Formats: sequence, structure tokens, C-alpha cells
Amino acid sequence: MKPASFEYVTAESWDAAAASLAEHGDDALILAGGQSLVPVMNFRLAQPAVLVDVNVIPDSAYLQIDGDSLRIGALTRHVRFEAPGIDGPLGRLLPRIAHHIAHLPIRMRGTFGGSLAHADPASEWCTLARTLDAVMIAQSVTGERRIAAADFFHSALATDLADDEVLREVELPALGPDWRCGFAEFNRRAGDFAIVQSVAAIELHEGQIVSARIGVGGATETPQRSGAAEKALLGGAPTSELFAEAAGAAADAIEDFLTDQQANADLRRDLVRVMVLRALEDAVSAG
Amino acid sequence: MTLIGKSVPRLEDRELLTGTGRFAGDQNFEGQLHMRVVRASLAHGRILSVDTAAAAASPGVFAVWTGVDVADVSPINLRPGSALQDLEKCRQHILAQDIVRYVGEPVAVVFADDPYRAEDAAELIWADIEELPPVVGLMDMPGEFAPGVSTEPAVLVKGYGDVDAAFASAAHIVDCELSVGRHAGVPLETRGALAIWNDDENRLEFHAAAKIPHTNRIALAELLGLELDQLHLFEGHVGGGFGVRGEIYPDEVLVNLAALRFRRPVKWIEDRMEHLIAANHSREQTHRIRAAINADGLILAIDDEFWFNQGAYARTHGATVPVVSATMLPGPYKVPAYRATGRIRLTNVTPAGTYRGPGRYETTFVREQLMDTIAAELDLDPLAVRRTNLIAADEMPYERPFEIGGKPIIYDSGDYPESLARFLDHVDYDAVQAEMAERRASGEMAGAAIICFVELGGDGPFDDVRVEMDTDGRVEVITGVASVGQGVETVIAQICADTLGIDYAGITVTHGQTDRIARGQGARASRVTVMTGNATHKAASGVRGMLLEKAAELLQSPVETLEISDGVIGIVEGLGEGPSVTVAAAAAEILRGQNAPRIAVEESFENDRATYSFGAQLAVVVVDPLTAGVTVERFAVVYDIGRAVNPMLVEGQLVGGAVQGIGGALFEEFLYDETGQPLSVSFADYLMPTAAEVPDVECLVLEDSPSTTNPLTLKSGGDPGITGAGAAIAAAIGDAIGRPGAIKRLPVTPLRLRAILRGDADRKQEKNNAENGVST
Ligand SMILES: Cc1cc2nc3c(=O)[nH]c(=O)nc-3n(C[C@H](O)[C@H](O)[C@H](O)COP(=O)(O)OP(=O)(O)OC[C@H]3O[C@@H](n4cnc5c(N)ncnc54)[C@H](O)[C@@H]3O)c2cc1C
Repeated sequence: MKPASFEYVTAESWDAAAASLAEHGDDALILAGGQSLVPVMNFRLAQPAVLVDVNVIPDSAYLQIDGDSLRIGALTRHVRFEAPGIDGPLGRLLPRIAHHIAHLPIRMRGTFGGSLAHADPASEWCTLARTLDAVMIAQSVTGERRIAAADFFHSALATDLADDEVLREVELPALGPDWRCGFAEFNRRAGDFAIVQSVAAIELHEGQIVSARIGVGGATETPQRSGAAEKALLGGAPTSELFAEAAGAAADAIEDFLTDQQANADLRRDLVRVMVLRALEDAVSAG
Repeated sequence: MTLIGKSVPRLEDRELLTGTGRFAGDQNFEGQLHMRVVRASLAHGRILSVDTAAAAASPGVFAVWTGVDVADVSPINLRPGSALQDLEKCRQHILAQDIVRYVGEPVAVVFADDPYRAEDAAELIWADIEELPPVVGLMDMPGEFAPGVSTEPAVLVKGYGDVDAAFASAAHIVDCELSVGRHAGVPLETRGALAIWNDDENRLEFHAAAKIPHTNRIALAELLGLELDQLHLFEGHVGGGFGVRGEIYPDEVLVNLAALRFRRPVKWIEDRMEHLIAANHSREQTHRIRAAINADGLILAIDDEFWFNQGAYARTHGATVPVVSATMLPGPYKVPAYRATGRIRLTNVTPAGTYRGPGRYETTFVREQLMDTIAAELDLDPLAVRRTNLIAADEMPYERPFEIGGKPIIYDSGDYPESLARFLDHVDYDAVQAEMAERRASGEMAGAAIICFVELGGDGPFDDVRVEMDTDGRVEVITGVASVGQGVETVIAQICADTLGIDYAGITVTHGQTDRIARGQGARASRVTVMTGNATHKAASGVRGMLLEKAAELLQSPVETLEISDGVIGIVEGLGEGPSVTVAAAAAEILRGQNAPRIAVEESFENDRATYSFGAQLAVVVVDPLTAGVTVERFAVVYDIGRAVNPMLVEGQLVGGAVQGIGGALFEEFLYDETGQPLSVSFADYLMPTAAEVPDVECLVLEDSPSTTNPLTLKSGGDPGITGAGAAIAAAIGDAIGRPGAIKRLPVTPLRLRAILRGDADRKQEKNNAENGVST
């Protein structure tokens, strides 16, 4: 569990980071918080020839409201989200989610962009990004590319980012005051990756659900939005019965469950039902 | 006596808390080589060839060995006394010879000038291994495991009384099948070893030794072909032992062999992934147990057959775990007739050894689930069934007429019903029960349970201690034990100081250094405080006698009139005034004219009886019926230790043990797929409990039943926290889901609990359907 040898370079800017990637191609990897990459290198599952450390890039960690969007710098550490700062339903949701990621020392180092680029099936940020249809802003020497969340996650640990692209920023829609957001996840120990998690966001108008976004993570290779659950919710009133119906629809609609020693498809299906329900309940009670 | 019984602070802590500990990784020798082990990646296969050329040519590499290079070294022996003859055939070579039998088995080793380069080179070794079908089923029909070796190399039968007659006349017979999952002690510090040939002393030195240095010295010297005085072991700090760390594995032998052959220091630090597949596993056993019962729930006989998964080879512990399992299963209950048939099985997984509370954790789960099953089937209160069967105070000492390690089992003392009653009072069990009933009535799956057990420890056969005092009155206690973090230095200093009438904090306790004392038994089987404590008391009493005699001479007052207090020898309080002399001055006086810098008294304490003590545990859990997740809300332990030298340390043992036990009950398991590939190879899949999963552990330490086996009347205290934890959690879950006895397998994972809850739901549905006349 000692990494293979590698060359280490620091990038002073995103341009420099992109240039390094262009130079070394798929032999190079970006080093952000290192909380996923370093363990993988210690297991020698990744053996990059070059590590491009982006931690010193100035002004790369921020949360910034810009019109209808919340812009998140790729190097924003998980712990930053635990502090209040953003108003509105999204601002109330972020700390509740961040708290579930790993343990404090890991949250001190791990980054928002790193989580998305790493694309663990049960990453809270990936599920949030997918649920809210975030836009990933990638940069390479040839320019900038905006990638929709629906296109970004290819499979477990694989994204649309090309070998020569860095992830610089992520845009989330800054949800208006009528939105209510909730989160729930199940794991066996505090700080573990979730077995299943759910992000729920509903927009209410005169007691009716007028928009709904239901995301599920950990259940499948990539986080998914549940069209079935969203359809069940639209136009209804936010009652426990409707939430249970939507949660059931979410669970029934999934076909390609992940299975591992912790949970088979049956348990994951149960958990989807429960987590979607609890995320919805969380949305109306805390969101 | 003033110090025994006090919760004085630990002497060990200053070094540990100020970062001056000397763990394996902290130790280095000039010019050392680093060893990296290449391990089998197949569970069973024939080695066709091992290509080491690229590795040997890799930068910094000094040597590469494969099986042929160590073919002259005999396989690792089982410890004397722990072996069943039949297991000798299952010993492991330090590097695989022709066949690999588990994923993780050492196939080759690389020695390089740097640990990174050693690992780089190890990656270049290509072992061409022809896959053979692995044995993975614990309970399959016996077959051939290796040439001339059955998958069932040994069967042990232990018992007493007329079991068959009891079953023939029983009012009820209850049976169940119960399994404990494969898990083990996983110390924070992985294994490590450092060996150096010392030319000046003409000896090999093994540093970072642990647990049983003297025992390992004898075994290693034999393996390496050294005279005993050509090998010494030196214990450093140990980041957790739990029975796993400090045994002789192939890796430790390889380090020593290399230092001997190369005449160059060799260092090896195990990494976590290696640890989880190479260090001893433990616990995995399946029991088919039957009990013959009378109408009141009194057990007339138990007949148990169990399958113990030894893994691919026998390890140093031999048959310890199955033997203890077979003999300790009856626990605190009378069980007038008993038979256990233990089937030791070989499979193509990591070999097994002992883990804290060996044989007791497993069988306490089995026995206590049996008690719950009896209660459920006879519609009795689970606690009442336990009370009915507890050994009574007037039956002490209680002898079970079979033998463990050649000795009878004699529970030396205890009032089990009274200890249980005090515990119920302490935890306010009536209130707990009422609260559970109320919560269940409101739809919550909350439950509580109490389970009972008997702990054994304080095992002989001997321990030697030398107490030395210099002319300044400074004391060193030299022992043959080891520290696994349990507080041995503090406890031994307390006993010595108590005997001598001096301050404990100035006493140096030396352990694990084979060049300082000839014999030793190390830290195993929860024996140190009992055995070394009594030896310390004996040796310190000798020094005390010398000091008093000299003081009698100096003070012109008979020995009987003198006492030592706070380091000063003077007239016993109440006998009047008189001159006094310090311990240091008396020591200096004794040594005057002698050609020795220190007074020294060496004593041996011998004992062929173990101590047995009662304990019980309470667990309160809540089950989330939708996720099948379990939360432990409360956990309490009562333990009658007879006499606590340092109650704080006893509580520390109870808490630490309970946490580990909860790990085995809910989280920890070494899983394998059907090809024998390990699935639990990092802390992401081998789940250890953290502070977030475990409530504060409440401890009630009783000193009601002193031991009758030793002068200080001490009993063991290393394992009671863990022994009952699997049983307690399982029983509480059974209570929570309204089905006592339902938990058949540890750990209780969401996957397994879901199956039980689903089974219940399906049954309910069927019942409803049947009642409503619906056919399915
Ligand atoms: C014990 C433990 C528990 C954890 N639990 C959780 C959990 O519950 N939930 C969770 O979400 N995460 C968890 N994590 C992972 C943690 O959140 C990581 O921080 C995160 O997955 C990766 O972020 P990072 O900044 O550390 O990225 P790194 O580890 O530095 O990089 C990860 C990968 O992304 C690439 N990368 C990083 N940044 C960029 C970029 N800007 N552009 C392009 N590529 C980039 C790297 O090249 C690498 O391939 C856990 C980690 C540990 C060790």
C-alpha cells in the first residue's frame, strides 16, 4: 500500500493545469483533496505518471450566487458547505448534505469538484448535481465546455471529462423561495458512503407541487433522477400518502441496481423507497 | 495494603501521549533492508513457476526468495499444549511450497533498500499458478484438502453425563443452528518486525516483538536452527494485540531468517490490506445444538455439534479455539449432561487463530440464543429460564467433570444469581422492560435483553518475576509478560508498591525483554494480573523481608514491630515512637560490602488452575423495520472480578471489549466469494465500529467473589466486555422484533435482518390469507 512512483507538479492556475494535462495526456491526473485519489494510488489501482496538484490555484474555492445560479469553485472543500452562507432552500439544504460526507478530517480536504470528477455512485454531491441538473464547467487548452449533469456521469467512477480536461466550476440552479429541499441516506456506520441516498426538491404553489426533482444515489452505477416519482408528485398536495406513492414509484422504476456484499437489489429497492420518502419528509419539515 | 484497589493513573500514558512511543514503525537500524511479501491471489492452485528475474533486476533490490530458497526451514509449529496431534499435518511453510491454499499466502519475498522500491519490485514478480478447485463450504462432506490431509483433520469430543438418557426422558427438546461470522482482532497497528544480527553478542535480535516473546523465542530459535542464547526478543510498544498480533507467522520468520542469512538488519511493516488477509482470522463456527428440557425450562442435557473453520492451515494456537468452545459452552448454567463434538475443518481461506475471548464469544452467542429459543418455545420469560439454570452459590466451587488442557474445570467462586440480581437492580431492568413494552406498543421495534456468561483466565502454569532495588531505593520489576496496552506496568507497579510500602509511580516495570529474565509466558489468555501479579507479590515480599531484617538491625527493634509506609521503615503505628530509616538507606546498607549494585529477589508463581468469573450484559437496541438497520441505544456490563487491582483499568477492559464485541455482532466480517476471493480487504468493506455506532458502555464491577486459586485472590479481566456482546445484541434484536431466538447468525447485517423481517411479514401474510380462506 505504497504508491508507485510519480512525478509531482503544481499548477498555479487552471490554464497551467490544463496545459499540464495536455502535455502528459492520460498519464497525468489532477490532485485535488486527495481523499479518493491517494487511497486508490496506495492500492496501486491508479498509477499516474504525473500528478498535477491544483490546491494552490488562487480563487478556486467559492460559493457565489450569480443571478439564478449558485457557482461553486471546484476546490471548495466539503467542510465549507457546513457553514451557513447561502440564503434560501438550497442554502438550507447544503449543510444538511455536507454533514453526511465522510468524517471531518476528510471533509477538511476533500473538494466538491473532486467528488464530481471521481463520480462515486454514492457521492452526495454527485446525487445533488444530478438531481438539480447542475452544469459542469470543464476547461482544456482548447477552451471551455459546459456539460449537463445528465451527460456528465457515464458509469461508476467514469465521467464525460476528457483526459485533458479539468473541472473548474459547477453551476447549480439557485432555487427560489417556493422550493423545499430534503435529503436522506442510509449507511451502516456514520461517515460511510451511503448504500442508498436521495435528494428531493419540490416547488410548492398554493399547496400544490408544481415542480419536483427526485434524485437517487447509491442504487445504480450513476445517480439518477426519478421521472416516475416526479410524475407522481406533480400537481398533488405534499401529503404522506402522495410521498409514499412517489417513493414506491421511484423504487419500482429502477432496474439496474448495484449489488455488493452490503446490499443486494432487493434491499436497495427497499432502501430507495424509504430514502425517497424520508427525503420528501425532510423537505417539508426542514427544507 | 493501600494501593491495590485504587484507580491510580496509568504509568504508560506519558510516553504514549507525548509521542515518544516506540512502535514497530518507529524503530530503524542503519543499513536495514525492507521486506515485501508477494502473496497468492488464488485461493487454491499449483505453482508452476515464479519468475523473479525482473524483480531481482529492479532498482534497490538486494534479494528475492521463493519457496525453494526456504525449503530447508520446517513449517511453523503449533504451540506445545495447544495442539491436537492431527493438526501437525496442517502446518504452514513460511513460503508456499508447490501449492497455494489461500489468497494471501506468502509466495515470494523481496528485500530492497527502501520500502517503496521493495513494493515496486514485488509487483514485477510473476507467479504462474494453475488454478485448482477451492474448498469453501464449511459443512460439506469431508474430502481431501491436501495430499493425505482431510478437510476434517480432527474431531474433538468433550462431555460428561448421560446425554442420551436425558434426551430420552426430556419433556421438551429444543434445537437450533447458529453461526458466528469470520472476524478477528484488527489492531490499529498492523504487524511489524525488525531483526538484526548482533555480532558483538553473537546473537540475532528480533525487535518489535509482542505478546509472548519468551515463547516465540523458543519456537523461532528452533525454526532458525539457533541455540537459545543466540536469539533474543525485544518488545516495543504495541498498538493493539487482541490475540492476533505477536504470534509467529511466516512473515516474522522470514524477517529473522533474512537478517540471519544476510547479516544485515531487515524490517517489515505489514500494510492494512495484508493484515486483513494474512493475520489470523477467528470466530467462524456453526453449531447444531439441541437441549433436553424439563417442563419448567430446566436444562437436562445439551448435545452440540459444531464446525470450526480453521482456514487453510493450522496456526500456532492449534486447537485452542475449538477446545475452549467445547468446554466453555455450558457457561454459567448447570447442564448436568453435556456432549460437544467439534469438527475442525480446513477450507481455502486465511487460517484462523485466537481473538480476544476465544471460544467464549462464539459459544456465549450460541448458548444464550438457545436460552431464548427455549423461552420462546416453552412460552417462558427469557430471564426466568436463565435464572432456573444458573449455578447456585452453594454449589461453589463447581466442577465440570471434563478437562481443559489436562486440568479439571473448577469454577472457583461466585454467587451468580446474586450478581445477576445486583445487575438487574443497577440497570433498573423493570423500568427498561416497561419502556420497551411501551415503545413497542406505539409501533417502534425496540428491545432489550440480558445475557449471562462465565469468563476464564489467569492461566498458569507459571510466571517469574525479579524485583530489584538499588541503593537509592529505586525499584525495577523484571517480568516475562508483555504489554498489549492493558496497563500491565501500572498494575504490576501497584502490586509491588503495595507490598513494599513505597510509591508506585517510581517503579519501573520491565516486560518482553528475553535477555532480562529467563522465562516468561507473555500476555495471553487474560492471565497477566493474576499470574504476574502474584509472582510480583511474592518477589516483592522477599525484598520487603530483607529490608525489614536490615532495618530491625539498624533500628534495634524486632521485625514484627516494623512496617514500611511511604518509603520509610519505622515502628508500627500504635506501638509507640521510635527511630526510622528510609527504604533507600536500608537497601544501601544491605548492599554495603556486597559486590552487587542491586538487591534482587526472583520468585516464581505457579498455578495449574484458571479463575472463573460471572458476568452479564444488557443491550438495548432499536431496529428500523424499513431499512433493517440496528441502533444500539444502551449497553451495560456487570462483572464479578473478585478483587480489582485498578478498577479504572478493569472498566477500560470492559468498555474496549464491548466495543469490539459489538463490532462482531453488527459490522465486522471477512466475506469470501465462491472462488475463495476475499471481499473484505480494506476498511471500506471490513467495517469496524466507531464511536458513533456504540453508546457509552456502563460498567458495574463487583468484588464479591475473590478467587480461591491464588494468594492475592485475583481473577482475570481482559475479556468480559467482549464475551457476551454478540449474544446480548442478538438477544436484544430478537426482543425488538418480537421473536426471541430469531437471530441465527452474526453479524446481524441489514441484509440478514431484512430476510428475517421479510420472512416474518410473509408468514403473517400467509397466516392472514389462511384465516381469510385465501389460498396462495
Ligand atoms: C473514509 C472515507 C470516507 C468517505 N466517505 C464519503 C462519503 O460518504 N461521501 C462522499 O461523497 N465522499 C466520501 N469520501 C470521498 C471524499 O469525499 C473525497 O474527497 C472525494 O470523493 C474526492 O474529492 P477530492 O478533492 O479528495 O479528490 P481527489 O481524491 O484529489 O481526486 C479524485 C479524482 O478526481 C480527479 N479530480 C479531482 N479534482 C479534479 C478537477 N478539478 N478536475 C478534474 N479531475 C479532478 C482526480 O484526478 C481523481 O481522479 C470518503 C473518503 C474517505 C477516505
